[in-house]
Amino acid sequence: MDPFESIKQTFFQECDELLTDAEQGLLDMESGTADSETINAVFRAVHSVKGGAGAFGLEDLIRFAHVFETIMDELRSEKMELTNVVAKTLLRAFDVLADHVAAARDGGQVDEARSSGMLDELKALIGAEGMEDEAADPDEDFGFVPVVLDLDEPGGFVSLDLPEPEAGLPVLEIPAEPEVANGVWIIKFAPGADMYAKANEAGLVLRELARLGPTEVTLHDETLPALDLLSAEQAYFSWTIRLTTEGDEASIREVFEFVEDDCKIEISREGGAPVSLETEPAEEISDDDAKARASAEAPLDLDALLARIGAVPTVEAVAEPVPESTPAPAPAPVVLEAIAEPEPVAVVAAPPPVIEEPAQDVAALIARAQTADVPVAPAPAREKAAPAAASNTPQPAAAATIRVDLDRVDRLINAVGELVIQQAMLSQRVTESGLARSSNVALGLEDLELLTREIQDSVMAIRAQPVKSVFQRMPRLVREVADMVGKRVRLVMDGEGTEVDKTVIERLTDPITHMLRNAIDHGLETPDERTAAGKPTEGVVKLRALHRGGRIVIEVQDDGRGINRPRVRGIAIAKGLITEEAILTDEEVDNLIFLPGFSTADSISDISGRGVGMDVVRRSIQGLGGRITISSEPGKGSKFTMSLPLTLAVLDGMVVTAAEQTLVAPLSAIVESLTPRMEDVHYVGGKDAVIRIRDSFVPLIDVGVALGFRDTPIHAASGVAVLVESEAGGKAALLVEAIQGQRQVVIKSLEANYQQIDGVAAATILGDGRVALILDVDALVTAQHRRKPAARSEKRLAG
Amino acid sequence: MTKTILTIDDSRTMREMLNHALVEAGYRVIQAVDGIEGLEVLQAQGADVVITDINMPRLDGFGVIEGVRADPNHRATPILVLTTESDAAKKERARSAGATGWIVKPFNPVKLVDAVRRVAA
Repeated sequence: MDPFESIKQTFFQECDELLTDAEQGLLDMESGTADSETINAVFRAVHSVKGGAGAFGLEDLIRFAHVFETIMDELRSEKMELTNVVAKTLLRAFDVLADHVAAARDGGQVDEARSSGMLDELKALIGAEGMEDEAADPDEDFGFVPVVLDLDEPGGFVSLDLPEPEAGLPVLEIPAEPEVANGVWIIKFAPGADMYAKANEAGLVLRELARLGPTEVTLHDETLPALDLLSAEQAYFSWTIRLTTEGDEASIREVFEFVEDDCKIEISREGGAPVSLETEPAEEISDDDAKARASAEAPLDLDALLARIGAVPTVEAVAEPVPESTPAPAPAPVVLEAIAEPEPVAVVAAPPPVIEEPAQDVAALIARAQTADVPVAPAPAREKAAPAAASNTPQPAAAATIRVDLDRVDRLINAVGELVIQQAMLSQRVTESGLARSSNVALGLEDLELLTREIQDSVMAIRAQPVKSVFQRMPRLVREVADMVGKRVRLVMDGEGTEVDKTVIERLTDPITHMLRNAIDHGLETPDERTAAGKPTEGVVKLRALHRGGRIVIEVQDDGRGINRPRVRGIAIAKGLITEEAILTDEEVDNLIFLPGFSTADSISDISGRGVGMDVVRRSIQGLGGRITISSEPGKGSKFTMSLPLTLAVLDGMVVTAAEQTLVAPLSAIVESLTPRMEDVHYVGGKDAVIRIRDSFVPLIDVGVALGFRDTPIHAASGVAVLVESEAGGKAALLVEAIQGQRQVVIKSLEANYQQIDGVAAATILGDGRVALILDVDALVTAQHRRKPAARSEKRLAG
Repeated sequence: MTKTILTIDDSRTMREMLNHALVEAGYRVIQAVDGIEGLEVLQAQGADVVITDINMPRLDGFGVIEGVRADPNHRATPILVLTTESDAAKKERARSAGATGWIVKPFNPVKLVDAVRRVAA
């Protein structure tokens, strides 16, 4: 893939994470639990989004993120107070920011009116003056605004009276390139001590100049003091460079970009007036800058330096490093004790010999480290840095995670599935072979079994993820829905860390979304109604996840009006879902809302309904092998509870025999099993059987026939009926010959290995090595219902 | 000899961009996700040039500069600060702390490599 595209993908992935963190931080800010680090983290997240957006030229995103970032910056520097209003505005702005990211990713459009309205709101928060420097200018160049030295400034560099290169100093000739229409420039370059302290090197600058064209470099070492007066901290050398180049002054100046604040530069055309530094505005030197310079240029306290390094007498100053230029006189080892008078060194701007790294003398380094007060370092940051630098045990910076392609995990899971099966087969064979339970083989096998299970659990855990990824999308949804219906809602989430298989997670979003919408739209009252009912105007919706009995349970609870049972009942009767005489318990009435075609909304509401009812929710949950129930108390609220398997890779099944085939029925679909009594079985049209189970008739499906293993159904009384419920809520009794037992089976996809078969969901391999088909209960029941609309006895459920 | 560049940035996107541009230019790149890790990696592996972001969790870019300059083994290591800030104050603060140079985001690879070359011996 194009590296640029690949990095862009990384950017959007990262955006997701950043936005997630930012939203959490903003929520904390809203609830008042945020500390300064939270605000900082949000700032950084938005800042990173903007930074990346800048790299990809995502203008709209940059503009919006910039304003957002500005506010976060005001907040973190406490120029602005974090009020609830601010936090709420930021949360809404966050939604727009997320839209911008999504639009940038998917090439879509952001609602322009909403975005600019939000921008205005944000700008209003800080007041217009805060935004004046709206350098949202993504073209902010790679360069910088030069901060220029004012040579007359007290404490500024003392101008060196540099001799002209002709003054008979040794000159290093760089082979000249063919003459072009070039300008010849005379550049005077006098580094200050500071330049070296920042790890800039004169040699590199000269090298860069040489890239522009042929240079003649002259070294000035006049200020080099006697060796015994030489300070490793000072700068003593300067250079005059005669440069022939096609480039203009700007390109020359660019070479000095990093160093120009720490050295004196004069650039002039040969024979012309110096195009010197005065040509540029000098007002940009900040106070800090001046202070930094002042402190940097203060004479070094050599007495103090000597005192500190007293034990180490010599400092070896190493030859000057510029290969292209004149070699400096090789300094001999300097005995520091010999220094009599520090004053001469205090002459500012005398270039020192550059200390070459490999030969660095420890004492010199210590001396520099201890006395060179050059960086005006804020103390706290330094304290923070020091222990870190000192610690030798690397600690993981972020959560120790790796990203792995899902395919690889699935391959592993598949292999482990095979392992489990193989292990079960092996156990069975060993048992069959008559080896004693206490034999070494059997004991070893037992250990193997434990180990296999452990591996299986661990591998499943790789796919397990906290439901957080789904939960975290909900606050926004709740805000939006609440806005739309004019209700005040507080969402309380709990158990975000609860883990469940990735596939399950992906498919949880829709049901949870739907239930939350439903809770806000139907469950909660309007603020006025709530006040009238003596409740706080703000309704509370709780979203909770927990593990219970090897399944994950998700609850959505509201403190609203509860289910209006008489009304639900009325609707169910009106829609023919129940008979008028039906006697239902409260719970049964509540659960009527899950029936297909039931919707209590007077008009189909875009918010909770999108034209579908709770039956869709139930169906999708059942599709995951889950169940959903509701409990409700009038005036106090309702609670939806869904329970789902933790994984879709393993299934709890009931192993049955039909037409000599071993089949597996998913336990989640099974309501009960019973032995049919002949008097309960009736034949509709002389062929299709129905069975009476308590008060209702359900189709009796001979599984062997339905799957085509045989043509004629077995005698009902000789088999076992397994009452199942489809995802759609349709019931049927599956007639099989026998029930073998219950067990957990590893699901093997049929489509991947063979092809899809009607009535069969997947396959598994049993301990004896036989392949068993897993029944697709939904398909079986639906097929039956389709064939015989008359058998749709569901209506008589409670009749 | 191949020069090693240590890039310190909490943004994975930025790390990848730096990595891409620098590796393309023939440098060896090591990465760290925040200031503390940056200093640890520098101590453990060393580097010829450090490129650091300013805004980072745990320890920001200023802290990195100070940490590097306080470390006798690396105080002569060039440090480029990488930041979207165009305002002079921040850059000045970085310089005062001992930054060798800077790269203003968004950068183009040529400019980046140029800046690295300008400080790498």
